[in-house]
Amino acid sequence: MDSRRGSRFVIDPKIRQVGFVPAGCESENPNASSAVAAIANVDVNPTSDSPSPVMIPPRLADPLPRAAPLPVPSPPPRKHTSVEIPLQGSYNPTDSVLGTSPPFSPASNGRYAGVPSSEGPDLSPSFVSRASSAMEGMSLREDHLGSPSASRFATVGEYAMFKQQQPQQPATAVTKVYASSLPQEPVQSFAPVGKEDSSKPLKERTTKAERRAKQEADREAKRIAKESAGAKVVEGEARASSNVVGKASRAQSQKKDSASEKRLSAVEKASEKEKKKEIPAPRMQFDDQSRVAKAKKRALIEQTETKHRVELFRHLPQFVYGAQLPSLEAKFFHDDAMHPHPAVYQVGLQYLTGDITGGNARCIAMLSAFKELIKDYCTPRERTLIRDLTARVNNNVSFLTTCRPLCISMGNAIRFLKTRIAKLQLTLSESDAKSLIIAEIDRFMQEKINYADNEITKLAVTKIKDGDVILTYGSSCVVETIILHAFSLGKKFRVVIVDSRPKLEGKGLLRRLLGRGISCTYSHINAVTYIIQEVNKVFLGASSILSNGTVYSRVGSASVAMVANAFHVPVMICCETYKFHERVQLDSICFNELGDPDALVKIPGRKGLSELEGWSQSSHLKLLNLMYDVMPADYVSMIITELGMVPPTSVPVILREYRKDPIL
Amino acid sequence: MGQQMNFQVVLLAGGVSKQLFPLVSKELPKALLPLGNKPLLSYTLEQLESSNLKSIIVVVAGEDVAEQIRAWISGAYDDRLSVESVTVAEDAGTADALRAVASRLTAEHILVISGDLVCDIPLGAIAATHCRKKASMTALLCALQVAGTSDGSSGSTGKEKAKQQSSNDVIGLDPSHEFLTFMASAARIDKQLQIQRSIVRAFGRVELHTDLVDDHLYVFKRTILQEVLEGCPGIRSIKEELVPYLIRSQLQRSNPTIQSKPLTENGGEQFERKIAPNQLVKSPLEQASLLGAQANNMKCCAYIVNKDRYCARVNSVQSFIDVNQDVAGERAVHLTGYDISRSNNVIHPTSKLGYKSTVGPHCMLGEGSEMGDKCSIKRSVVGRHCRIGSGVKIMNSVVMDHVTIDDGCIVQGSVICNNAHLQERVTLKDCQVGAAYIVSGEHQGEALAKRDKN
Repeated sequence: MDSRRGSRFVIDPKIRQVGFVPAGCESENPNASSAVAAIANVDVNPTSDSPSPVMIPPRLADPLPRAAPLPVPSPPPRKHTSVEIPLQGSYNPTDSVLGTSPPFSPASNGRYAGVPSSEGPDLSPSFVSRASSAMEGMSLREDHLGSPSASRFATVGEYAMFKQQQPQQPATAVTKVYASSLPQEPVQSFAPVGKEDSSKPLKERTTKAERRAKQEADREAKRIAKESAGAKVVEGEARASSNVVGKASRAQSQKKDSASEKRLSAVEKASEKEKKKEIPAPRMQFDDQSRVAKAKKRALIEQTETKHRVELFRHLPQFVYGAQLPSLEAKFFHDDAMHPHPAVYQVGLQYLTGDITGGNARCIAMLSAFKELIKDYCTPRERTLIRDLTARVNNNVSFLTTCRPLCISMGNAIRFLKTRIAKLQLTLSESDAKSLIIAEIDRFMQEKINYADNEITKLAVTKIKDGDVILTYGSSCVVETIILHAFSLGKKFRVVIVDSRPKLEGKGLLRRLLGRGISCTYSHINAVTYIIQEVNKVFLGASSILSNGTVYSRVGSASVAMVANAFHVPVMICCETYKFHERVQLDSICFNELGDPDALVKIPGRKGLSELEGWSQSSHLKLLNLMYDVMPADYVSMIITELGMVPPTSVPVILREYRKDPIL
Repeated sequence: MGQQMNFQVVLLAGGVSKQLFPLVSKELPKALLPLGNKPLLSYTLEQLESSNLKSIIVVVAGEDVAEQIRAWISGAYDDRLSVESVTVAEDAGTADALRAVASRLTAEHILVISGDLVCDIPLGAIAATHCRKKASMTALLCALQVAGTSDGSSGSTGKEKAKQQSSNDVIGLDPSHEFLTFMASAARIDKQLQIQRSIVRAFGRVELHTDLVDDHLYVFKRTILQEVLEGCPGIRSIKEELVPYLIRSQLQRSNPTIQSKPLTENGGEQFERKIAPNQLVKSPLEQASLLGAQANNMKCCAYIVNKDRYCARVNSVQSFIDVNQDVAGERAVHLTGYDISRSNNVIHPTSKLGYKSTVGPHCMLGEGSEMGDKCSIKRSVVGRHCRIGSGVKIMNSVVMDHVTIDDGCIVQGSVICNNAHLQERVTLKDCQVGAAYIVSGEHQGEALAKRDKN
């Protein structure tokens, strides 16, 4: 595996510029240094109302898959002179702070480079100084720092000091900042978060020795956890859907208040709790057995884990596929507090059986179901609408998650909905509040999905010229509308549809395009290197785009993009901005979705692969049906969003600037 | 509760069925016919209850019958179910029955279930399929059961079966077996079948099945149901008119119909017919077309019963006997709630068996029944408080309550109703004996009942 990874790395040297830069290379690589500056910037400037492109530091517990390639000295970056980058003029990655490739936590930087932790002190002061310089250039952002965040600033300042005192542990500092800068649950209004944070230093200000002890214990615990966790990676992404964890941490903080009285006796305990608090609410890790057991108790669907779990993906849910639907159906008419709303139930069923697929379709279905839910909602006595409705939404979301893991865009939509609910004025009457939220949902669907698609179509069509040969992979509804629109404008072009098993989604697209009389070529991904030679543009859809410009998309897209890149064919990703996410992901392992392994065995119209017959009986065979993969930003020439055509490095800017006012 | 998922249940309990003539009467409507010594309707009601559907509208044909059923339900289910009963005219069709309750329907989806259905299919699964597909109608289809009946049936019933099979319904499915594309009930099939071209085009391929039975369990979308019931007053029967009408109007295009190949029935042969590919517009990508064409139209879905589930209807004397046997054996005994013995039968502890009497598998012996010596009962259900003399042989039969059978009788493939009396050495084969009838002599293939024409 190492050797394979290594060789891939040689082919694709640019990936290092995205984030992983060995400390030694820092000076030679302008990209990297700007990345570091951005980190520092992040450290100092965590305003909660402008979700900065803070990266969630991976929990430093994953040395296996990524450590290997890094010590390889970096070959000089390849030049792709012939690649047309449409926005070349405005885009200069080296001097734009906003446009830098994603910032990365210095800790992980050091770690991946194999630098001993003693190097920490050297790094962090420079971060701070650089950060201040970066801040001068950030007047734009500072303008938006409202008064509520001022107190936060103090907190952050203290964190910075704290960090200097404990230079070996920059990661924790970053994590803390992150936790305060992004509300873990959008539901919580900012005020309580701020309060909690500002009260925390008071608590901590005990004695220096005690803090020291706490730190020591903390570090020790971390190391143990790291060793035991194996391949576990925590993307410290506070997913809206992981309300469970949010609740847990809230409960902990409450407990902590009472526990703080017996502080003297419970230094160790406190440090443990502290540690828990510092780690941002992680997504459910399915190799954490106690948590899985807890989740199972709550879940409506009975899920039995497969015997054939793929080790590397143990942290993802791997359930027996066939068992879910009957158990869900059996409970159709059941009546308990946990029962989701009928509309949500219906959508859940459709997710489970694959009747609704595609990011936009799923998101719209979910939002429509939530609209129904809110319409039918009435506040129970002695409850407030805001809290109760949020709980209700959470319930329904967790039901949907058990049906099929939510995609990132849906997470964003849920976050939006919950912020809207949380921000409702208490004085509103119930009916007013409901109609307000329904109107907001409608607006979201209109603006963020429908209009966005229209706008993307308009923009992308300008990139299709007569005589073009366009390649697309799988079936993306945006790409489809683009092609249809371009065709209706009378452009003469040809479409190559590349498809892959097991889903063969391209067939549907092919059929619809042929229905309109567009000349098409249909091929499977095995032939992509051949077919790419006649192609001059690649249009792809995306499930999500992460803030380092990484495109998270249907499995296979990355290969197509890589091949296109190698043949100097521009790759254009069509994606609405509501699918953008602050997270950074460098591989498709830590977060992904696993499909039905049986889909690999079954071939429509054929009896199936005889070699794989009865595979579930064999203990040696494990099938892995990954649903998504990750395309490094280097392969992407351009991202077409409703806000314009931007380079992948501008994703953090869009995230920062357009989500400040949380319309999303 | 069902209301929470926006479902409402209409139970069609029927009245006095003509097919079950000597068995049912004004005194004993079809719904209360004892099946495994429990009223037929209780199976459906219990199934609904187990699915947490507790508010039910029961439609009964005929005033007297309604009164009886109402009395029985309020006695047996008073505390468990909230049942609302509606009476329609005796000769009303099933669609008329729905029309009678149309004004009471408020939920989004309506589950219509026939009172003579005995099955253990989770209703949730059907409802889930309906919801998932956003269908306007979902019908429960069941594979025709041959295996269960071919053994043990005597020759003449086999012939009867063959006759039945020759007049099977023709049900069209799409290749994924999810959508209904065609349905013609046996009564309405002439020599030719007409299939709309638009449907064939939309689905790519249509499979015509004669090995499936429509089991009279439907889920309708209320708005569409009410619209159709109002708009087409000519529709009288759900199965024969309403469902085919909905299927026809799936793709609301008024295309001229084409004639597919004439369908000639040849005996009781079981087969699945596939229209030859050259006869239809076969698209290379059926699935895609299906999605495309189906997007905006109403859909009719099918829920096909798994082979391991039990599903049967009691709509003829033969099926009545068959289902009785099934509920007495391991196949469907779980529906009755009785404990099955090791020898695969159900014998009530208060019943008395004489010396050297044997009760075989698939038998049920009711409360307080007494049997003389050297009797043998095979694959039969005997009701409560029956008195059976010595040397009686009962095979493949149903004996209801309070029946007296004197010594030396042989009963085969017959149904003997309440309070009937079989005198000594009576031999019955494939007979139906009406209530309180006194039989003597030898009979074969007769319906013996009092002619009580009022």
